[in-house]
Amino acid sequence: MSAGTDKIAVTISNIVKLNDLVTRFEFKRTDGELFPTFSGGAHTVIEMKDGDITRLNPYSLMSDPRDQSTYMISVRRDDEGRGGSLFMHNNVSVGDEMVLSYPVNLFSLDLRAKKHLMIAGGIGITPFMAQIKQLDHAHGNWELHYACRSEALGSYVDELTSTHPNDVNIYYDDQKQFIDLENLLDGQPLGTHIYVCGPKGMIDWVRGKAAELGWPREAVHYEEFLAPQPGKPFEVKLAVSNKVIQVGEQESLLEAMEREGVDAPYLCRGGACGQCETNVIGYDGKFIHRDHWLEEDEHASGKKIMPCVSRFEGKTLVLDR
Amino acid sequence: MTIQFNEETFRDDYTFKNSDWAIKRFPFPFHEDSYMYAVNMEQHRGGPDGSVYEKRFDVDEHYVAEMKDRAMVLNDDPLRCQSLPHMTLAGWDLLELIMVSKSEDYPDLFELHRDGDQWHWINKPLGIDDKFTFMDETTLPYGPMEYITRQTQGDFCVLDQRDDNLWMDAGIVTTQADWSLDFDIGMNFFEWHAPVPLAHEKGIFVRALKFLLNIQQGSPARRLNWTMTVNPLLDTSPENYHKWGVQKTTLTPENIGEKQHLRVELQTFFRLPRSNALVFPIRCYLCSFQDLMTVPKWGRRLHRVIRDLPVELATYKGFIDNRPMMLDYLSKFDDGKPTSDGIWPDLETEPALEK
Amino acid sequence: MSKFKFPESIKSRPVYGTLEPRAGKAHLFVADAEGAEAILDVAKADKDLVANAHIIYIPKNTGDTYVKKLEALKPQQMYVGPSYAASVTRLQRTLADAHMGLQVYLTGTEGLMGQAMLEATNAGIPYTAIQTEHRGSVARRMQCVHCKGITEDVIMDPFVCSHCGLNLFVRDHYSRRLAAYQGVCIDAEDPGNVPEAVELYK
Ligand code: HEM
Repeated sequence: MSAGTDKIAVTISNIVKLNDLVTRFEFKRTDGELFPTFSGGAHTVIEMKDGDITRLNPYSLMSDPRDQSTYMISVRRDDEGRGGSLFMHNNVSVGDEMVLSYPVNLFSLDLRAKKHLMIAGGIGITPFMAQIKQLDHAHGNWELHYACRSEALGSYVDELTSTHPNDVNIYYDDQKQFIDLENLLDGQPLGTHIYVCGPKGMIDWVRGKAAELGWPREAVHYEEFLAPQPGKPFEVKLAVSNKVIQVGEQESLLEAMEREGVDAPYLCRGGACGQCETNVIGYDGKFIHRDHWLEEDEHASGKKIMPCVSRFEGKTLVLDR
Repeated sequence: MTIQFNEETFRDDYTFKNSDWAIKRFPFPFHEDSYMYAVNMEQHRGGPDGSVYEKRFDVDEHYVAEMKDRAMVLNDDPLRCQSLPHMTLAGWDLLELIMVSKSEDYPDLFELHRDGDQWHWINKPLGIDDKFTFMDETTLPYGPMEYITRQTQGDFCVLDQRDDNLWMDAGIVTTQADWSLDFDIGMNFFEWHAPVPLAHEKGIFVRALKFLLNIQQGSPARRLNWTMTVNPLLDTSPENYHKWGVQKTTLTPENIGEKQHLRVELQTFFRLPRSNALVFPIRCYLCSFQDLMTVPKWGRRLHRVIRDLPVELATYKGFIDNRPMMLDYLSKFDDGKPTSDGIWPDLETEPALEK
Repeated sequence: MSKFKFPESIKSRPVYGTLEPRAGKAHLFVADAEGAEAILDVAKADKDLVANAHIIYIPKNTGDTYVKKLEALKPQQMYVGPSYAASVTRLQRTLADAHMGLQVYLTGTEGLMGQAMLEATNAGIPYTAIQTEHRGSVARRMQCVHCKGITEDVIMDPFVCSHCGLNLFVRDHYSRRLAAYQGVCIDAEDPGNVPEAVELYK
């Protein structure tokens, strides 16, 4: 059951360069029909035909969930990454046809919350753009704290501060403005939920501080977009399909399996949803685990791997696929 | 074909009956000659023409009478329909899903005209013609979930999804197999299933939940479940058990064919887009033993399944005391011949009863 | 006093633990009867925590046995109430003003813990973040599934519903939202045939 089972053919209708790093892409359905509605925090997986390689990258939907005419995503250029974002920035133009998955939400609002406290870092602002629109329609109680590197790189800052001057707080790193987390968390009414999306360091910081202050785990929600990182090539034996495959420097293990026609389920392709969890039958070498799904002891056990983001270095790896 | 709606009752004089059409399309729940709990789920993407799987929300000859029965139950006990405050958005999702599906699948019975958020809904069988503003509760006579499910056969549980679990935070339940919505509201997947025997130990609920959490928009799923009911009583609720329980003791060898009903639930699962909730429609189909026995394959198979069913399941489903009498009756329709795989009647290919 | 070990049961039945000090800026204890002992145990592990806490205590049939001992812990705020019903508005008021990070500790009978937990979850604390420890009577708070009436402190099974008079048997199926177990008519299929009542867990 892969997210890939249900797909939508789209045409790029607009491309807006927001700043040096971030560009917004807008899509219409190629068949002229309406998009499905979605819930704030949902992402879509984009198929990119990059030469011989098909890349599948997840991006948060940031348009108004009620707007069925257009889907929007914002992509931050990652010069060190494996090229998904570079492909979007360099190879895609208005009128191009692409394929999106149906929306999937792994970062949804807890609608029981008496207050939604949002904390964003950099490109982590995107899911909140949709959540804020959803909450505005429902007259929800929310507050956003958004840290950016500089004014020049503050995507959507103007839009947010002009529409919600009282609920949006911006912090610029280069002006030495930082979120005073301890004070922010102290004194929040019972029933407040925290949502954090941004770099791993920020997520760990917020989760750690909240736990220290006695916040329940269930009241802290986070989404970190892990892009698969490049790494040394390695070889894998797939026991069920009886194949030996090579994972290249620039592709993930999941992508290599797909390239070889081995079906592995997925939803997020970012180490969060657990769909692609795969049993290890044997190995000689070391795992580079990068997912949020497996527990620490599972990482240490050498019995499981999440092929969407994790890699391997060593002599042999045999998987139950 | 347009459907002829029956005039019938599911209480008191029990005039409920199935036409030949309804018997042939009855969702017989056993694909083989034995039964045990399993993670029996498949995609809900249509099925053979005329079968209960064909449409997203099946409408049949019992529609109008079932909706009358539901209205009576709700009149007597409004607690059968409840929605916790955070579930209203999911209620709108459900209303949209049902209105869109029914108007597309049964254009001769239902019409939906949308102009932005100004909606016009026409339900011909029930004589309803309402204009309302989508997402504005004040423009409907009930909340959105109650409004649409008073017009849709089957019970509905609307599950909130959070903390890697499903939570029964809304529902309308008037045709249930002896469980209480009022009691179970707010529970999670493992808690509301707590009374079910054997399945927890077999790991069925852990695996089923994983499957459900990952059901995506546009990819609904389904499964069948079943139990036994004496008389075609839709509302076998715990609330009224002190009133209907005694009916189980009215079975005799003479009336069992007519009175004993196999009760099958077609359960479907849809992801709701705006709320990320999951809706679980539980559609109840009843068929008397004597009607089931008109299909030779089903006669043979039902006897074998009931005979070999583990005691725990027969007890949980509430027919352990009546099982011997059922078997006396059913054995007359089992000539020992093999049966074909699958749930379909296979009337053309399966041999007639030789006994 | 030794703690009662409940037999293993179905998944909706609450499981109680042992209270332990937790990180948090504010601490609220709600206890009845022998639940006081669990608070005294927490104080042994962390005296300062209890000295900073708010205690709501309902002695029930233990009278003065524990009141002095609790007072000696010098909690920041302490209230001794004549009954849960009399104390619940005070509990609600406390929760309405509380902030995230509040730690809630419930101890005593199942009925007390269940009802106080309901107030705490309604106020926005996830139930998994609320600590509980059972002490004292094993009597249950029962809802009649037929008339919806609640019968408190049920210790015999079957029992008579204090509202509608039906003979009910005691199930382990438990609703957090109602803070009650389910009672179901025992003689529906054979009216009048009611087995002799036995004490729970005996
Ligand atoms: C999320 C949707 C579901 C809901 C709301 C739901 C609800 C229920 C309820 C209320 C009961 C009655 C429990 C009682 O005795 O009080 C039940 C029984 C049961 N459920 Fe589910 N269920 C769901 C999904 C599933 C799935 C996916 C499975 C898959 C294996 C399953 C398997 C069962 C079984 C085996 C029983 C016992 C039925 C019998 O023997 O008659 N349920 N369910």
